[in-house]
Amino acid sequence: MDSSITPTRRRGGARGPVTSSKITVPDGDSVKVVRACTIMRPAAELYAFWREVENLAQIIKYPCSIVRISDTESRWSASAPPGDRRIEWTSLVINDEPSRLIAWRTAEGAEIAHAGSVRFEPAPGDEGTEVTVALEYNPPGGQFAALVAKLTDKEAGQQVAETLRRFKALTEAGEIPTIEGQPAGNAQDDGAAAVDAEQKDRP
Amino acid sequence: MKAACWMGKRRVEVQEVREPRILNPRDCIVKITSTAICGSDLHLYNGFVPTMEKGDILGHEFMGEIVEIGPAVKLRKVGDRVVVPFTIACGGCHHCQRQEWSCCDNTNPNAAMAELINGYSGSALFGYSHAFGGYAGGQAQYARVPFADVGPIKIESDLPDAKVLFLSDIFPTGYMAAENCAIDPGRSTVAIWGCGPVGQFAVRSALLLGAAKVFAIDRQPERLAMAQAAGAYPLDESKLDVHERLKELTGGRGPDAAIDAVGMEAHGSLYDTVKQRLKLEQDRPFVLRQAIRAVRKGGVLSIPGVYTGMVDKIPFGAAFAKGVTFKMGQTHVHRYLRPLLEMVQSGRIDPSFVVTHRFPLSRAAEAYETFRDRTDGCIKVVLDPAA
Repeated sequence: MDSSITPTRRRGGARGPVTSSKITVPDGDSVKVVRACTIMRPAAELYAFWREVENLAQIIKYPCSIVRISDTESRWSASAPPGDRRIEWTSLVINDEPSRLIAWRTAEGAEIAHAGSVRFEPAPGDEGTEVTVALEYNPPGGQFAALVAKLTDKEAGQQVAETLRRFKALTEAGEIPTIEGQPAGNAQDDGAAAVDAEQKDRP
Repeated sequence: MKAACWMGKRRVEVQEVREPRILNPRDCIVKITSTAICGSDLHLYNGFVPTMEKGDILGHEFMGEIVEIGPAVKLRKVGDRVVVPFTIACGGCHHCQRQEWSCCDNTNPNAAMAELINGYSGSALFGYSHAFGGYAGGQAQYARVPFADVGPIKIESDLPDAKVLFLSDIFPTGYMAAENCAIDPGRSTVAIWGCGPVGQFAVRSALLLGAAKVFAIDRQPERLAMAQAAGAYPLDESKLDVHERLKELTGGRGPDAAIDAVGMEAHGSLYDTVKQRLKLEQDRPFVLRQAIRAVRKGGVLSIPGVYTGMVDKIPFGAAFAKGVTFKMGQTHVHRYLRPLLEMVQSGRIDPSFVVTHRFPLSRAAEAYETFRDRTDGCIKVVLDPAA
């Protein structure tokens, strides 16, 4: 079975039906990003995390909400460039091979149509699992779609890479590294104290 | 609490900041009892490490008492007296499982930044710029320490702080530098450039590992004297031709291994100093060049000295022609904690020999200046956080 993302390069914005095994994003000028990482956990465990779609909110860095509607359908809401507008869409699982692959696409009518897949394959020597995410989408921007696509390609790649990085940290280390909320000196040169009045001193 | 904050090039300010709190389930909070200034802190101080931000809390050599633990901490307990490795490692990734702790995949929240510079990100470090994670450092009264069960080593004995504090960095760093030399006991000769704190521990570690001869190269008399006291042969590079002298002292073969314990701010080359000032070159690799030339054919060049960016005019042809092996990188501190603590406990080494100066934390700015200028024979500074 062909489980890869196959872009359809049809100019002129024609929309066609999605074939059963191919993940397609209608319309031209789509952006495709592929990122991979290796995680020292069994494929079955990683697949199970990803299949429980609401879990993904933990590893996607930008704030988004995910509501499971059925085993193959979920409702997503997130902010998107440009201008960080709130957008919503429905995601459909269109291919599911336990411990190996999950593929999805947006339901008809999504503002940013996209499709993606995540593959779980044992790393050579059975040292962990290689996790590969492929994502293809049509960026917003109307007539500037192609330009925006180029500009956002890097951004999308970084977001997928960051999602994978957080997935790896959470499953391997049990937590996602952060420094948010740690103390720092006052960056102003006046040397003024930056004491949080609410915090009590330790003994 | 009081903390030494980086406020720009050659500006350290002790400020009153809020205390750290648990941010992740495997964190602990350490009340610091001793903390030191590292030679690599001078690279930050002198403004040669990018991605520092004003207000960043400095320091990566510290120890103290655990006063709080996160909900997922299982081994460490409140009240444990611990030394904290300067590298932050998760214990679960491929690299941690291979004991390559400073290559940990999962501790740098700014890994993307490091990837942009280096291709891949190593482990995060305490108090060492945002490309290395941006974690607040230990020149403070308290520090948040992630992965409490993985990094901090519990000190069960009543050894004073000064004997165990340097397990956090410079002792393992000097030891790994010597270990990387593949010393053949009773036969190998090792030349060590730089008799700062790491160089001093490299000298002693090379001798502990059985090196037949250790040559210590510097220009500061007190540093050479300290290396000589451990059994090294001192070479004052300001007064002699190091290359020729090493050749002579090794029967014309050259030392079997060379250690660059100086790194990016070596003195001796006006070319590099000017280029670095003009931002045409990030590092001054003077020692690196000399060491590549001096090491014997088929020898090892071990580099604990820190480099952060581009270096210019490295005699790569010489390294190739002689078949030199390069060994380098941030120290895998966790790997050495237990064996080196045992060496301290058994009395084979007393790391407190290196301490020449003590300052209260409140006078950290003065301490940095003294260390940088090597005033009054300054080799190693320990700060007292309580004062």
